[in-house]
Amino acid sequence: MEKAIKKYFPIFALPTFVAFTIGFIIPFILGVYLSFCEFTTVTDAKFVGFKNYIRIWGDATFVHALWYTALFTVVSVITINALAFTVAMLLTKGIKGTNIFRTVFFMPNLIGGIILGYIWQLIFNGFLLQFDRTLTFNSAYGFWGLIILMNWQQIGYMMIIYIAGIQNIPGELIEAAKIDGANNRQLLRHVTLPMVMPSITICTFLTLTNSFKLYDQNLALTAGEPSNKSEMLALNIYNTFYTRNGWEGVGQAKAVIFFLLVALIAIVQLKLTTKKEVQA
Amino acid sequence: MKKKVLGKLLSVSLVAAMSVGMMTGCGSTETATTTTETTQTESAAKTETAVTEAETKTEDTAAATGKVYYLNFKPEQAEAWEKLAAKYTEETGVQVDVQTAASGTYESTLKSEIAKTDAPTLFQVNGPVGLATWKDYCYDLSGSDIYSQVKSDDFVLKEGDEVKGIAYVVETYGIIYNVDILNDYFTKDYAVVKSVEEINNFDTLKAVADSIQENKDDLGVKGAFTSAGMDSSSDWRFKTHLANLPIYYEYQADGIGSTDAIKGTYLDNYKAIWDLYITDATCAPTVLSSKTGEDSVAEFALGEAVFYQNGTWAYGDLSSNGMADESLGMLPIYIGAEGEENQGLCTGSENYWCVNKNASEEDIQATLDFINWAVTSEEGCTALSSEMGFVCPFKAFDSYPASNPLINIANDYVSNGKTSVAWTFTTMPSENWKNGVGSALLEYAQGTGDWAAVETAFVDGWATEYAASNN
Repeated sequence: MEKAIKKYFPIFALPTFVAFTIGFIIPFILGVYLSFCEFTTVTDAKFVGFKNYIRIWGDATFVHALWYTALFTVVSVITINALAFTVAMLLTKGIKGTNIFRTVFFMPNLIGGIILGYIWQLIFNGFLLQFDRTLTFNSAYGFWGLIILMNWQQIGYMMIIYIAGIQNIPGELIEAAKIDGANNRQLLRHVTLPMVMPSITICTFLTLTNSFKLYDQNLALTAGEPSNKSEMLALNIYNTFYTRNGWEGVGQAKAVIFFLLVALIAIVQLKLTTKKEVQA
Repeated sequence: MKKKVLGKLLSVSLVAAMSVGMMTGCGSTETATTTTETTQTESAAKTETAVTEAETKTEDTAAATGKVYYLNFKPEQAEAWEKLAAKYTEETGVQVDVQTAASGTYESTLKSEIAKTDAPTLFQVNGPVGLATWKDYCYDLSGSDIYSQVKSDDFVLKEGDEVKGIAYVVETYGIIYNVDILNDYFTKDYAVVKSVEEINNFDTLKAVADSIQENKDDLGVKGAFTSAGMDSSSDWRFKTHLANLPIYYEYQADGIGSTDAIKGTYLDNYKAIWDLYITDATCAPTVLSSKTGEDSVAEFALGEAVFYQNGTWAYGDLSSNGMADESLGMLPIYIGAEGEENQGLCTGSENYWCVNKNASEEDIQATLDFINWAVTSEEGCTALSSEMGFVCPFKAFDSYPASNPLINIANDYVSNGKTSVAWTFTTMPSENWKNGVGSALLEYAQGTGDWAAVETAFVDGWATEYAASNN
């Protein structure tokens, strides 16, 4: 049987592989190639070497977007994970209505980013109007608005992962710790946290990449206003592509750099957190 | 153990079967590229061949006569175009597809559509700057029938001797006003003028607006001007259309038609009119960033404001919101430039038809026939002039007056000898320039930035954007 699987492996893998090639590998290679070209449409590209990459650094909005995104990522990774973990801890204590709470917390995650962005825009603007302000008055409003939105959307999802992790902790470990006289804080620090490390790895990975790649919510909430000051990287790339004649290649070059950045950060993060994982 | 392996095998094959099904779904347009080699489900394979056969059949008939694919820019007229296309197909048997890009996405839609095998044969550019992007795709129209129908060369885009684009609609904008409220105002003792004819320069406009704003409760309005919304549905009224005036006057003064570096001679006037818009308004300037185009339409239609800067295309929105034709009037946008007493409305076009050079010869011919039919035949002219409400710069349209009252107002200005302001905003160096000016305007309005930032975005931004787009 094992042999049969090995023998037919290429056939079984073929459909997925073909789909992966068409949907991912070819566009990816084409994308990297286009970042070295000047083009109006993807079919009439003219090779220009590193010109696009050099032009990026003359674009102040890119550098701003980079820092803005980095700051956003740091804040949102911390807040989302801290809150999601807290909620997960509370909802594994066996209080009444746990399942209802879990469902309610998870639900925002089922709504699409664009819709969420517009809904929150209405809420924020409705609130800020009391003070004769709007969300796009200042990029700080947009920043915190986005943080609140992302927390609201992602906490439920991360919470589910943390709950699974917490429930996987063998009861005898906790019992043994209690018998040894560990108080709640020690229990959390020396038993629970090390044991849910795999969940933390997944959750930080997800929140990190999600925040870095954020596009829909950014577009719907502020669209980069005012003056591109609340514009994150993905939106900046899109805008570069379409708002200036002859800059399509520059947008493409930014996208390549963006990919390298996300990949690099994600790999480093994975390495760091998996190191901390322990076996029970 | 064996059972487990079998189960795994089953799930793997299920996944395989599923992905085959998925790919037949998207494979239908790719004409049988992949997949079939692994199909266990014969029915899936059968439907696929059936689809392919059907497609080749339609292609065969189409290839004989050529077909038209029009990527339309104006969502307001999407339905009317589809109707007209259907009529043409009925009459001649030539297939005409009309697709309309969603508002604000024309460039991105065009970019992806034109790279396809079935690319648009007819598309639009917005003027000289748009043409710079697309000139390699434009068929030379100088020998075409439709070119012989254009009233003058003012309405075509040329590159050297080649005619690359032909304007099919001419539009006009200015300050639309509510006749009823303004007449009411003229009867009051605080009125600074007694008739609308007296408003023929910036100072008078400002005096009128100021006194309306001061007595807004007595007049039952919320402000003189509708909110100058800087949401993307409305900000083009200021960063593009309003900015046209200082550029126009600078070009006039320097005797040029475009430039690689603007001087900003009339920026003080731009500031004056912008200040007027945001102070004598229905809302506080700090909330402008979220005010939309619909907001200002609503304010104007409900009689909450007297003045509303927009153009002939706004008629549909206004009348469907309950504005009567006779309550609509239009004033030129005065910015305090010298000799503006003779200034008319801003008239021009940012809708130029271009024919895709890379389309097959039959398709090009079919497209040329279609557009020529649209501007010469009775059906075409009626549809364009009354259903779509266009003013078209073609000879046949002299006998088809537009039904849009704003257009008639615009015509009156011309026949009264006022000088129309040309649309110079088609020479703005890039979208990015407009965005920069728009953002600076907004920041100035809400008090988070100063006017110097607008000047920088306007003058320095022009030079950098011009350089960035043209090297």
